Amino acid sequence: MAKTLPKTDVVIVGVGWAGGIIAAELTKKGVNVVGLERGKDRKTEDYFMVHDELRYSIRYEMMQDLSKETITFRSNENIRALPMRQYGSFLLGDGLGGSGVHWNGQIYRFLPYDFEIRSKTIERYGKNKIPPEMTIQDWGITYDELEPYYDTFDKLTGVSGEENPLGGKRTNPYPTPPMKKTPSMQMFADAATKMKLHPYMMPSGNLSETYTNPDGITRAACQYCGYCERFGCEFGAKADPVVTVIPVANKTGKFELRTHSNVRRVLHKGGKATGVMYVDVTTGEEIIQPADIVVLTSYVFNNTRLLLMSDLGKKYDPASGNGVIGKNYAYQVVKGSAIGFFENKQFNNFAGAGALGISIDDYNGDNFDHSDLKFIHGGVITLSQTGARPIASNTVPSGTATWGAEFKKQSIHYANRTAAIGTQGSSMAFKHHYLDLDPTYKDAFGDPLMRITFDFEDQDRELAVFLASRCSDIMKEMGADKIDYLKELAPYEITAYQSTHNTGGVIMGADPGTSAVNTFSQMWDADNVFVVGASSFPQNGGYNPTSTLGALAYRTAEGIMKYREKGGLLV
Amino acid sequence: MDKDKSGDNGGGTNEREADGQSRRRFLINTGYAIGGVVVGGALGSLLSTKGKVKAKEPKQPAGTAGAAEPKNYNRGLMFFTQEQYRIVEAATERIFPEDATGPGAKSLGVAFFIDHQLAGEWGFNGRDYMSAPFFTGEKTQGYQGRLKRREVFEIGLREMENYSLTKHQNSFAKLSGEQQDEVLKAFESDEVQLTTISASGFFKTLRSSTLEGVYADPLYGGNMDMKGWTMRNYPGNQMSYTAVIDKDFTVIEPSSLQDHLVGH
Repeated sequence: MAKTLPKTDVVIVGVGWAGGIIAAELTKKGVNVVGLERGKDRKTEDYFMVHDELRYSIRYEMMQDLSKETITFRSNENIRALPMRQYGSFLLGDGLGGSGVHWNGQIYRFLPYDFEIRSKTIERYGKNKIPPEMTIQDWGITYDELEPYYDTFDKLTGVSGEENPLGGKRTNPYPTPPMKKTPSMQMFADAATKMKLHPYMMPSGNLSETYTNPDGITRAACQYCGYCERFGCEFGAKADPVVTVIPVANKTGKFELRTHSNVRRVLHKGGKATGVMYVDVTTGEEIIQPADIVVLTSYVFNNTRLLLMSDLGKKYDPASGNGVIGKNYAYQVVKGSAIGFFENKQFNNFAGAGALGISIDDYNGDNFDHSDLKFIHGGVITLSQTGARPIASNTVPSGTATWGAEFKKQSIHYANRTAAIGTQGSSMAFKHHYLDLDPTYKDAFGDPLMRITFDFEDQDRELAVFLASRCSDIMKEMGADKIDYLKELAPYEITAYQSTHNTGGVIMGADPGTSAVNTFSQMWDADNVFVVGASSFPQNGGYNPTSTLGALAYRTAEGIMKYREKGGLLV
Repeated sequence: MDKDKSGDNGGGTNEREADGQSRRRFLINTGYAIGGVVVGGALGSLLSTKGKVKAKEPKQPAGTAGAAEPKNYNRGLMFFTQEQYRIVEAATERIFPEDATGPGAKSLGVAFFIDHQLAGEWGFNGRDYMSAPFFTGEKTQGYQGRLKRREVFEIGLREMENYSLTKHQNSFAKLSGEQQDEVLKAFESDEVQLTTISASGFFKTLRSSTLEGVYADPLYGGNMDMKGWTMRNYPGNQMSYTAVIDKDFTVIEPSSLQDHLVGH
């Protein structure tokens, strides 16, 4: 039988960005918080040998062990979902800090349009612009309402950047100046300016200079070592929960972190959670942690899966469109890119930082006219220099052999003669894209895996080709001798890495009939349960999601304090 | 010579100085503490070695024992039979051959790299989901086989040998380069139909593990003496590029994880 522990004020499931922020905010105010983290503890000192591409990037050192738990995938309901047996399309984090440790640190804010996409699209283009199967929704919160929380996250991370001429209004400038500009980034800036576009330096959580945040945490400047995404930062320069919020929570004496604690159920009775059941994976023991408030802050898939396995909230039914848990799974369209090959120019491609880049938003959100286009939204266009590590970076012009003498010669010749312009195409929600429990495949505990039903739509194909063409135009202006860019978007496949920006499943909204949580991330169906993460995005924007997730976490912390005073639904 | 290289070998020397400066700056920058805990795990070790960062011992050639070279005890087989080793050595050399640019897979030790990888977790698919039931899936769903990489290699290499004997009446390792390419292409294109594994899937793994062996840190048994990196001007493990990040192309002498460990 499960052992039952003494009750705590708040139990947090998953200690990454969302869990870490909420733990820090609540414990600072004297609330007792237990943080359950399924993976191991982490610290900066772990990364002494981090410049190891094989171990960290190719063999996924920091990622979830798929032998214990994975997801299953099918393109549509007519085929059998099968497990993602090896990594590909996205990388699931694990351990203290979660994906917040091995991310790139790109801290973009969503556009005002993102939060009111349905109303704004109808307002400008009419109802028919949105296809009947496209289930996009307004968030129930506007950019302006979320801005103060974005501002707090900016100050927490010390984000380095400069004003985005086409972004939402900011109450404060960036806490630190932008990162250094590489020669290829300068070429992009010159080309974009000449084309009357609006380039700005990518907002970076890898610091341009030493920064002390409002919690008194000081971090050093980024060294541009070229090992960022998929790696932990050996300097503590990259903003991550382990070097920012978690030490703050620990210092209060109110935070009890339990690693190797894998939560399997949210326990509830009469529309209220009573706690969670977890397994100490070092002993196999089942433990019940009672709590007044339960906060789910794991990744998209486990936030959704825990609710479905716990039978909490109304399960989404794709046939009728009723129900909410599992609804509106969305992703990102990143293949609309262009690669330029330069015969007479070499770059320091080996050097870089996760959030070193330069962007334009002229083709993001509704910053351009979609009247004659067969898609809505768009995506950020960026030239970034994150460090071209040699196993994974062997770009050759199309038509080149993929192995043998020609491949060797060309891959080496172009190793430092390429530049890439990429996009993060937004991803709209569709009625038939959703998450539910797989009927066949189980995790190491015997619990069902999360099943993803998803494919690219006409919206995505049109958007990807459009953005790739814009990337190619800029690359041409930059003077590349040869340009390869996407001409047609193939069906979604799980095998090649694309983006770890999965969203949805426990979406936010103003209406309990069409959303799972309110704008404080509070569950409509259980007011002492808060579900925080990109799981609450009703559809995905054209940027990295972390800044928005961080802002929502701050707002949730505020909501939890209110709830402790007054109880009931906060909206 | 490339116009934008900042000198041929000179780049390395300049770089050492630049690196030293940025290191000092880094030490200044990171002289902070969070509640008594020093920022940056690499910091303590950096502090202890101030000034001797690049004072390396002369490089030890890791090559197979020549008269004047020290023995490399890494050069043994953990998994392959001698016959399998010879096929892999020959096949990876065709995938990444020696040419005017520099060494190929054979002299970089790629076959040893693959052998060592198959002997461990990767060979056993230790962190892959390998639970039943197994079904043939759509291409978009990825690998759905029940066989582990070491089993796939055993079958794939045996089939390459069988195909070579049938088609060319000789062992794969003894075929001409052109004949070897022809065999590899037959696998790459699934012209060879195998009952238990996908020929093209096996070829894909062989190709990707060849590149891994060429470019992974030498500690894994390939990329001998960092020559894979040198060939493409990849500097390996460097603590900082602050001094060159906004500059034109710079050649930097590579450094390995062993250098990092020994140096700190």
